[in-house]
Amino acid sequence: MSQSSATPLAAPAIQVPAIQVPAVPLLQLGTWVVFFGLLAMLAIFFVSADQGALSLFAGNAVHEWVHDARHLLGYPCH
Amino acid sequence: MGTVPRDRSVLSPAAFLLRGLAVGLAAGLIAFVVAFALGEPYVDDAIALEEAAAAQPPAEHPEHAEEAQEPAGQDGMVEISRENQKSWGLLTGTLAIGAALGGLAALAAAAVLGRLGLSARGSTALVALVGFVAVTLVPFTKYPATPPAVGSGETIGGRTASYFALLLVSVLAAIAVVVLANRLRARYDGWTAAFVGAGVYLVVVTGTGLLLPTVNELGDFPADTLWYFRRSSLVTLAALWASIGVGLTVLVGRMHDRAAADLARRELAASL
Repeated sequence: MSQSSATPLAAPAIQVPAIQVPAVPLLQLGTWVVFFGLLAMLAIFFVSADQGALSLFAGNAVHEWVHDARHLLGYPCH
Repeated sequence: MGTVPRDRSVLSPAAFLLRGLAVGLAAGLIAFVVAFALGEPYVDDAIALEEAAAAQPPAEHPEHAEEAQEPAGQDGMVEISRENQKSWGLLTGTLAIGAALGGLAALAAAAVLGRLGLSARGSTALVALVGFVAVTLVPFTKYPATPPAVGSGETIGGRTASYFALLLVSVLAAIAVVVLANRLRARYDGWTAAFVGAGVYLVVVTGTGLLLPTVNELGDFPADTLWYFRRSSLVTLAALWASIGVGLTVLVGRMHDRAAADLARRELAASL
């Protein structure tokens, strides 16, 4: 897990990538996290909860269609 | 290193997200195969039990008895055949969840890359491991998957709220603990920091689990079918996360190697 977590000062014997690629700036990443986070929550909502505890659409078509996935992926159902 | 311009960096969030979506869809397909092969027989068993129970005492499952009597096609109520539910319906669900989790894992991998003192592959694999524990394993431990016929329609609101409350606490605690362990890494060694972080996380989610209500609506559902169903559900989720972990580690690792080679070339060119 973290066996290669030697501090930069420790100067490891083998240094495969000699160049440190700059980290992705968090501010730039934040925009994408918000954008995709909302999309992902919507997708998870439809598979896990729509027409169960909460209903965005009337009826049971979404619930019935993803029924088996909802059970087998461990979301509360029925 | 500071002289290298960052604007042409190959490691953009979009590049991570695209890889995460591709890996997530592939993982969703793998999860579908596993769920179909291992889980569906027990879903069928559970539905057979449910229908047998609904057929005998008339008022045992009022909600489901109504469903059976009501003709389909009213008020958006439809009946989807078992064949469609267990094939296309299941596939839709695993693909959607795979893409969502794959994309989120990729953005998390982008956030930790180069920040945890690990290689690009190491930090990406860690994201998938933490993701499996925080998003799947911990909620499953308190609120395990339930087959059809288990669970009352009247308690679905409370059960859903409890499940997502634990999921939310678990994910937020995992993120906080990674930040904490990363701070501790500067003072202690990496293993100590990781163990302290894991310990704090376990205390937080165990405490939350104890505070949240326990659900037991099993009734006389057969224990063997229940265990086989839950085992197949957990194997499906493990397959999903393992596929995301392996796929993302390979793709992010390659992308990082290319970026590193590119940077090395440019640094060499700049030094001439």
